[in-house]
Amino acid sequence: MSSNVDHARSSLVLPRYRVPTGVHPELMSPDYGSTRLRVPDRPLNKMPLTLTEVTGPLLGEGRVRESDADMTRQHAGEPIGERIIVHGRVIEEGGRAVANTLVEVWQANSAGRYAHASDEHPAPHDPNFTGVGRCLTDSNGRFRFTTVKPAAYPWLNHTNAWRPAHIHFSLFGRAFTQRLITQMYFPGDPLFYQDPIMLAVRDEGARQRLIAEFDLAETVPEWALAYRFDIVLLGPDATPMEGLDNMEDPEHEEDDR
Amino acid sequence: MSPLTPSLTPSQTIGPFYHHALLWADGPEVVAPGTPGAIRIHGRILDGAGAPVADGLVETWQADSDGGFDHPDDPRGTPGGTAGGTAGGGFRGFGRCPTDETGSWSITTLKPGREPGADGRLQAPHVDVSLYARGLLNRLVTRIYFSDEADANAEDALLTGVEPDRRATLVATREDDGYRFDIVLQGERSTVFFAL
Repeated sequence: MSSNVDHARSSLVLPRYRVPTGVHPELMSPDYGSTRLRVPDRPLNKMPLTLTEVTGPLLGEGRVRESDADMTRQHAGEPIGERIIVHGRVIEEGGRAVANTLVEVWQANSAGRYAHASDEHPAPHDPNFTGVGRCLTDSNGRFRFTTVKPAAYPWLNHTNAWRPAHIHFSLFGRAFTQRLITQMYFPGDPLFYQDPIMLAVRDEGARQRLIAEFDLAETVPEWALAYRFDIVLLGPDATPMEGLDNMEDPEHEEDDR
Repeated sequence: MSPLTPSLTPSQTIGPFYHHALLWADGPEVVAPGTPGAIRIHGRILDGAGAPVADGLVETWQADSDGGFDHPDDPRGTPGGTAGGTAGGGFRGFGRCPTDETGSWSITTLKPGREPGADGRLQAPHVDVSLYARGLLNRLVTRIYFSDEADANAEDALLTGVEPDRRATLVATREDDGYRFDIVLQGERSTVFFAL
């Protein structure tokens, strides 16, 4: 690149992002019934990235109060359930921390009910739990929420279908290309095998990255267990060197040479 | 897993129960209503059976009216002095609006200016769109162009790269109070979506 001295006046040097393959779920996953009428039935078009895609909203102060990160203290009393800490880092592939970025989470309560008018599961609401949290990552990309452990809940996708307990996460990163909405699961959940949303992530290694890790070191004795969930966003290509391609391709992770 | 190279976290669906977490009172207002030059962009989202997508979330991202971004990865800086969120009405660039029971959504914004594309040539004014919904395991990405920018549209690299008979799905139609942009998820009239 350094030999490329012929800078056209109009050319811009922008971060480069690839289209990831083999990580995200197959959009058309018929076992998840709601995909059938909603997923595009024509191939996606290619999109050469421009300024619009390599920039993105840098949202932050003014949208988050300090109390938004403690979901057990948003009402008059404490919510019922197993109090937990959920923490982690938001980083890019390549390892750079995503600092000062908005993290939004939402979840069912400890009975498996969302504080949402459309949730008709006959489990109790908890007047002391909304199940909504927000925070900004610190300079090292770290976030930390206090909440209660959500419960599994049934849904109508197939006979006796149950969603494994999960917390929804929304991440912005610094570019439109990096925007990610995902779900965090808990280790050892016996419901994974029958959940078509989680199983839509076909790659076993990628699926494992949706499962938080029990984190004894971060537990608070006599108060709360802790789980760690690190989130990795699409990273800009570090260098145009072709030799790095395989290292960055998750499909090759299992190739143990 | 490789201990050296952090690997991308997979996407999962937003599900149907996001509203109380992600909606902001000013989410659909990329600029304050009444700001000089403010336009409304609205539309409906329809599934493969022609039914409205009533639980979707539309997010938009765009340049300001000078084609600028208040962002460190815009190597041009902040042209015109209007980027940086100081354009009229506290321009934010980002919009967020749920769909209602009729599948309708709407944002209030400024028409974006032109910005250079990957090859250095100017792009036509456009707004990037992410669509989230139950049933979508990853977002769908599309772009809004404007029907009253025919000359700019005719030389836009992305738009002219789309199959001719589908380009119109990316062009919002001028109306009295703004523009209409419907999104059709499947079938003959389906909107063009992009891999990102």
